[in-house]
Amino acid sequence: MDPSIALLTIFVLAVFTGYEVVSKVSSTLHTPLMSGANAIHGIILVGAVIVAGHADGAAELTVGLIAVVLATLNLVGGFVVTDRMLEMFKTKKPVEADATPRGGAE
Amino acid sequence: MIPIWAQVTYLGAATCFVLALKGLSSPKTARAGNMLGAAAALVAMVVTFVVYELDHLPWILVAIAVGCAIGVPAARRVAMTAMPQLVALFNGVGGGAAGLVAYLELSAAPTVFPLVAAVATVAVGSVAFSGSVVTFLKLQELITTRPVTPPAGPALFAASLLVTVVLAVVLYAEGADAAWLGALLGVVALVVGVLLVLPVGGADVPIVISLLNAFTGLAVAASGYVLGNALLLIGGTLVGASGSILTRLMAQAMGRSVVSILFGAFKGGSTAGAGAASERPVRSAGVDDVAIMLAYARRVIIVPGYGLAVAQAQHTVQELVELLEKRGVDTAYAIHPVAGRMPGHMNVLLAEANVGYEQLLEMETANGQLRTADVALVVGANDVVNPSARSSPGSPIYGMPILDADQAGAVVFMKRSMRPGFAGIENELLYDPKTTLLFGDAKTSLTGLVSAVKSL
Repeated sequence: MDPSIALLTIFVLAVFTGYEVVSKVSSTLHTPLMSGANAIHGIILVGAVIVAGHADGAAELTVGLIAVVLATLNLVGGFVVTDRMLEMFKTKKPVEADATPRGGAE
Repeated sequence: MIPIWAQVTYLGAATCFVLALKGLSSPKTARAGNMLGAAAALVAMVVTFVVYELDHLPWILVAIAVGCAIGVPAARRVAMTAMPQLVALFNGVGGGAAGLVAYLELSAAPTVFPLVAAVATVAVGSVAFSGSVVTFLKLQELITTRPVTPPAGPALFAASLLVTVVLAVVLYAEGADAAWLGALLGVVALVVGVLLVLPVGGADVPIVISLLNAFTGLAVAASGYVLGNALLLIGGTLVGASGSILTRLMAQAMGRSVVSILFGAFKGGSTAGAGAASERPVRSAGVDDVAIMLAYARRVIIVPGYGLAVAQAQHTVQELVELLEKRGVDTAYAIHPVAGRMPGHMNVLLAEANVGYEQLLEMETANGQLRTADVALVVGANDVVNPSARSSPGSPIYGMPILDADQAGAVVFMKRSMRPGFAGIENELLYDPKTTLLFGDAKTSLTGLVSAVKSL
């Protein structure tokens, strides 16, 4: 298979995967899910590092390094802020367990 | 070509991204899902440094350190109420990064497909960047949250869109070394992004964030195509696809279509009621009166809104709820899907205050219970209980599903002032004869209510 067609195939299949994976999510989780998806596209950092690493001349390098900074913000900041949101969902669990007299696994 | 083991590792990371998204779709696995995504990204970064023979390594590491030094504290310290705009900003810089990467690859793109993808990425990445900056400014209320429709806005938008397409075609025809054309394309696309988001009204901004998130995902996917990097391609596409469906789910929760959100303001009439801040009489009461109403009710349903979060009163309202429960009053929270500034935002905020999951009613359940409730206590919410969404077709929120607070026996509105809500629309419910207004800061009022109920 021609490499660019192979990539196109991956693209089409990934569209359906992405669609299927989130199609039944409750509105409670919309915000963390959006934030988590946001962090995942921060993987552009890989691309930014590659172009910065292959840059010729100061101008290209500058543009590449700006891209690296921006992508790092997206990737690292995105995962950290999502984790903070989800941390709050977790603190609730013990409360829930206390409320039910049946107790729980613990 | 990078070595096979590295490609396999990238594939593993891509699989982890799919699993991360899957995990994020369920409350139990969400946190683990996020961690998995982060771990996969870390592994992918290490592989990238090992297999690509990179120059300028010290500089790159410095740039990453700078990004971490800004991003981590920002993400750690941001108040939960301001989180939507931070997410918008993170999304924007990601789009910007994708645009810049594709710009640098323009001259290297060897054949037709990659060149088209690169040109598209420069355009879409720039739109995502400037659009996200505008959403940030709106949410931070640095610019007005009302829809902004510059004179000749649609014409300007159409023109810049056309220029973008023409530039893209010329760039494609010129091929390789036309660096300045690429830069020009980026700049025009930035204008398109600004014009795209400016006309969107405040309440719809979260949906636009989600849409731009999908845009950035697609830009990242396209740049993965250009670089022949399957990980970027899969990661970006996943976000593009899931972001699109998420955008649609959110729009459905508000009873809107994505098209009407983006272009509704141009059809006119959407600022209805904005100027009609009237002098009509309202009934207001003091803390003690409201305390009696609540304490002797059988069922009280609390409708929390963004105002509650701004006043940092989540904990106080929960104190009041516990107090009422002790007196035998049946209480619950009615959560509108878009309460707060983002879908699900209110759940996050109340979770922070240790409100149990079982106390939160989703909209449909809540509407059933509101009919039998004695008091609906509306704390810092407005648009989500505005009956004009049901009754007046001219209203910008017409068709949005709302919480039927007006069906309760009595309604208590805790408000700072008579100022309209985030969407800038007058709320008829405020003038309803069964409505009582309790003016003041939500936290002060709630603290007052807590001590008044205690002393009963």
